[in-house]
Amino acid sequence: MVPLNYYLILSALLFAIGVVGVLINRNAIVVFMSIEIMLNAVNLSLIAFSQFRGSPVGQVIVFLVMAVAAAEAAVGLAIILVIHRSRESINVDEVNLMKW
Amino acid sequence: MAAFILISSLKVLVVFSVFMLIVAYLSYVERRVVARFQTRIGPNRVGPAGLLQPIADAIKLLTKEEVFPANANRIMFVLAPILSLIPALLIMSVIPFGDSLTLFGQRIDLIISDLNVGILFVFAVTSLGVYGIVMAGWSSNSKYSLLGALRSSAQMISYEVSYGLSIIGVLMMAGTLNLMEIVKSQANLFDWYIFKQPLGFLIFSVCGIAETNRAPFDLPEAETELVAGYHTEYSSMKFGMFFMAEYAHMLNVSAIVTTLFLGGWQGPWLPPVVWFLLKVSVFLFGYIWLRATLPRFRYDQLMSFGWKFLLPLALLNIFATGIFMYL
Amino acid sequence: MTLTIFLILALVSVLSSILVITQKNSVISALYLIVTLGSQAVLYFLLGATFIGVLQIIVYAGAIMVLFLFVIMLLNLKRDEFGPDQKKGQRVLAFLFTLFLAVEILAALKIGFSDGGTPAGAVLNPASGSPSEVARSLFIDFLYPFEIVSILLLVAILGVVVLVKKRF
Repeated sequence: MVPLNYYLILSALLFAIGVVGVLINRNAIVVFMSIEIMLNAVNLSLIAFSQFRGSPVGQVIVFLVMAVAAAEAAVGLAIILVIHRSRESINVDEVNLMKW
Repeated sequence: MAAFILISSLKVLVVFSVFMLIVAYLSYVERRVVARFQTRIGPNRVGPAGLLQPIADAIKLLTKEEVFPANANRIMFVLAPILSLIPALLIMSVIPFGDSLTLFGQRIDLIISDLNVGILFVFAVTSLGVYGIVMAGWSSNSKYSLLGALRSSAQMISYEVSYGLSIIGVLMMAGTLNLMEIVKSQANLFDWYIFKQPLGFLIFSVCGIAETNRAPFDLPEAETELVAGYHTEYSSMKFGMFFMAEYAHMLNVSAIVTTLFLGGWQGPWLPPVVWFLLKVSVFLFGYIWLRATLPRFRYDQLMSFGWKFLLPLALLNIFATGIFMYL
Repeated sequence: MTLTIFLILALVSVLSSILVITQKNSVISALYLIVTLGSQAVLYFLLGATFIGVLQIIVYAGAIMVLFLFVIMLLNLKRDEFGPDQKKGQRVLAFLFTLFLAVEILAALKIGFSDGGTPAGAVLNPASGSPSEVARSLFIDFLYPFEIVSILLLVAILGVVVLVKKRF
């Protein structure tokens, strides 16, 4: 029997790994993948809570989060494609034309 | 617990051996049938009536030289055919072959894993089949392979959408996602969903053929197009695994069509497993017939057919079924 | 028994997500992310949420990651073309701040559960993970968000097609 605590700790750990991924990577696609890791961590804790309460509401929220994550991944990758087309590089440090 | 593990291992062993045997002999049957369609005979020299041909093919493939392209990523190159074969084998674990037997006081359901979301598991594993192709194309470090792989995977993911939507009519009528229950709800001949959902059956079969990259949708891997598509650079047993994966997918699609539309193992007089195999063979014969008869689709025709024709038709099917069930 | 499976899965998810963020080759990162998503799906099955577990494989591992792989292959990136950090010590600061974040989250969990309603006594209820329960809740209580998400997906598709067109 796995207590709820364990799922929540795992979720926090995965979220932290996702945050580290966003902060230290320069490849825009890997940044996107780290955002997906963060979304998954949150999904895990939502489902853990939903199952331990016996209410399907958490799972419905996860369903909607998955749909939104798919839409966001599609639009984000399209933006990355366009950036690559115009400056031949997807290093996030170089997309800094608006920096003061 | 121990009885459960023993029975499951036995089921897995039996299903796996029968499955691999059918896959091997499917290549032989296909060559003979296509030959008869083309008024020639087909392989009949190796063994009585050519029955040892698959074994000869296997020995040939095993003894060929292993070719690794220069600058290819070794790990992914070897992993790709494995990733292509495993989903094909996994799907067999949720197909019901027959009613339950009672041996030694234990009730054995003739299905390896009776999931409550059985049909969704089939779609999940089908979606994972795309990765073998994508990895094969990318890791071969060759333009032909990459283009063939991108085309093939684009085709597969496009037809997956209509694949899933076309059976929603069946699920609405059956009221369950459990494959055993769907088969049990087709008890009489005229309860079979092929009569209640003819459009769903047609769309599902067409999408199944497109999913397995078989003629007439086999542009990405036909010999006369793009050299050989994503398995250009593969030799010996790795090519053999792609080959087996294709036949295994064919067998899977036939098994799922049988379960959802043709009544699974239901039928009078003969034992259920025999009925199941009979229905699967009928559908496989249809597959081979299509390959022998129809010309290939061009790639843009293929994609516009999948998105602009089959998808609206599948949605219309769901709409019509909903209205029909409400009235 | 479930505890052993959980620990193995947790280890696999954490290891593969660490490997996602530390690889130089983006295709290998994408493949490790597929492993992470797969182990997440098995965790959902362990919790009894079979519908969402299968959906995770179909949507995340089967569609979104294929999209990622397509884009990575179309961009044809070379390995390791990203130079050293722009600011010194940026990575060390990132690790430090994330460590603070993780400690904060765990502390918030501990404090939040310390006044009764403790999760240690919570019991798993797998019946609420079946497709019929989720569907009932989705189409009755959450119908409005469901319709809005479908419009959102339509807008996303249109946006992508407009963004990527080379000429109008």
